Amino acid sequence: MTAIAAAPRQWRRPSLIANPWLRWGLWLGLAVYLVIGIGAVEVNWQRAYEGLDRGWQFILGFLKPDFTSRWGDIVVGMRESLTMTVTSTVVGVLLSIPIGVGAARNLAPAPVYLVCRSIIALSRSFQEIIIAILFVAMVGFGPLAGFLTLSFATIGFIAKLLAEDIEDMDESQAEAIRATGASWWQVVTWAVQPQVMPRLIGLSVYRFDINFRESAVIGIVGAGGIGATLNTAIDRYEFDSAAAVLLLIIAIVMICEYSSSYIRKWVQ
Amino acid sequence: MLKIENLTKRYRTGDLALNNVSVSVQPGQVVGLIGPSGAGKSTLIRCINRLVEPSSGQVLLRDENLTRLGKGQLRQARRRMGMIFQEYALVERLTVMENVLSGQLGYVGFWRSYFRKFPQQAVDQAFATLERVGLSDHADKRADALSGGQRQRVGIARALLQNPDILLVDEPTASLDPKTSRQIMRLICEVCAERGLAAIINIHDVALAQMFVQRIIGLKKGEVVFDGSPDDLTPDVLTRIYGEEDWTRTIRKPGNDEAEDGAADEDQVELMARPA
Repeated sequence: MTAIAAAPRQWRRPSLIANPWLRWGLWLGLAVYLVIGIGAVEVNWQRAYEGLDRGWQFILGFLKPDFTSRWGDIVVGMRESLTMTVTSTVVGVLLSIPIGVGAARNLAPAPVYLVCRSIIALSRSFQEIIIAILFVAMVGFGPLAGFLTLSFATIGFIAKLLAEDIEDMDESQAEAIRATGASWWQVVTWAVQPQVMPRLIGLSVYRFDINFRESAVIGIVGAGGIGATLNTAIDRYEFDSAAAVLLLIIAIVMICEYSSSYIRKWVQ
Repeated sequence: MLKIENLTKRYRTGDLALNNVSVSVQPGQVVGLIGPSGAGKSTLIRCINRLVEPSSGQVLLRDENLTRLGKGQLRQARRRMGMIFQEYALVERLTVMENVLSGQLGYVGFWRSYFRKFPQQAVDQAFATLERVGLSDHADKRADALSGGQRQRVGIARALLQNPDILLVDEPTASLDPKTSRQIMRLICEVCAERGLAAIINIHDVALAQMFVQRIIGLKKGEVVFDGSPDDLTPDVLTRIYGEEDWTRTIRKPGNDEAEDGAADEDQVELMARPA
C-alpha cells in the first residue's frame, strides 16, 4: 500500500503489423480499392428490372412444381444421374487408393510420389464442367461422358485427402509394425489402413454426395443425367418442371447428407 | 550375443546422436540404458534394428552383421528383435489379438496376413502369450479400449510373438503410474528370464532401473560414460551422466559407507567404461 502501488501499467495486445504507417496504409489501400472496384461494376438496372419478372415466374414455379407433364424425362434423367454417381464414385475411389498411397510422402519413394502428385494436380486444376466439355467432345453426348468426368474429378479429391491423411497418421504405429519384420505391403495394410480407413469411408460417402450434385451441373453441357432434363426445362421456360427437378435433387442430397453423417459416426 | 562396435550416428541436421559407441550384451542379460534426454538412447536402440540407419560402425547379432544386410535380410533379422515402445505404439483400431499376432508378420506371407489366416501354431502361441501377460479376457477388444498398463502388456505380447533373441525396449514406463511401471518392468524381466532373452531397456527412472536390471549403461551426449552394475551407481557417476544435482536420495542402498565406496567405485567404473 505504499510506493509500490504507483500508476497502473498499461498493457495492449501487440498488433499483427507493428509499423503503424504500414498498418493504416494497408487499410486505406483496401478501402480505396473497394470503392474503385464497386464503381467499376456495370449494372444494367433496366435489364435487372425486366429480369425480376422472370425470377418471379421461377419462384412461382416452386410454389406449384409440376412433376407430371415431364415425369418420363425426369425418371430417365434421375436414373442416368444416379447410375453415373454410383459408378463414378466406385471407380474413382478404387483408382484413388493406389494414387493416394503413392502420393503420401512418408510411404512412397520420390519418383512414385511425383507421378501421383502430378495426377492429383492435373485432376484438381480443372473444374468439372471443363472436363465434361472435353469428354463430351471425345465420347459424345450422354452419361458416359458424365461418368468419365466424375471419376476423373473423384481421383483428385479422394487421392489428395487420402494422401494427406496418410501423411498425418501416427508414425509410431507404422514404426512398430515395421520393427516386427513386416514388409512394405504389410505395413500399409496393418498399420496405415486401420488408421485412415474411417476417413476414407467418410470421404467416399461425401464424394458420392458431391458427384450427384455435379451430375446435375455437367448435364447442362451435354454429359447426360438429370442436368440435361433440367436444362431442357429451363430453356423452354417450363419453370414448374424445373422446380420439380430441383426439389428432387434437394431431396436426394438431403438423404445423402443424413446417411453420410450416420455412416461416418458408425465407422469411427 | 549382441555386439555394437564403434557405432556413430549423425543426423542430417548435423547433430551427433551417437559417437563411437561400443557395447556388447550377453545372452539373457538385461541391460538398463540411462542418460539425459537427447543423450542418444532412443537412437541407439533404433540403430540396432535399423529403424534409424547408423552412419558408421556395426551391429552384430549372433555374429550376423546387421548393418550390412539388404532389405529382405533386414526384415528377417528384425524378427529376432522384439521392440517395446514408450507410448505402446499399438495399432489403435485393431483388436488386441490382431496386435499380438502382428508380431508374426515377418513369418507369414502378405495374403495370409491380409486375411488374418495365421498358422494354427501362431494362434496358439498368441493365446498362450496373452494368458502369460494376463489379458486372456481381452483378446477381441479394440486396443484403444485398454488402460495404459494393459496396452503395454499387449506391446510386450506382440514383441514375444516374434520369438525374438533380444528385446529392445524404449522407455516402457514413461507414460505409466509408479505401481504399473513396476509391474511392467517386472513382467519384462520375468519373460526375459523365462525365455533366456537379452534386453536393452531405455529408462528415465534410475531407481526403477536399479531395482530390476543386472547391468546399467550410462549415455551422455552420444557417448558411453558408465557401464557397470546397478550397485555401482554413485552420486559421482550420476553427476557424470546427468550433471550436477543432489543424487543421494535417488539411489538405492543408503546404508553404505560413502567415503570408502566412492573411491573404490570410481576405479571400477573407469575400468568398465572402456568398450568391451
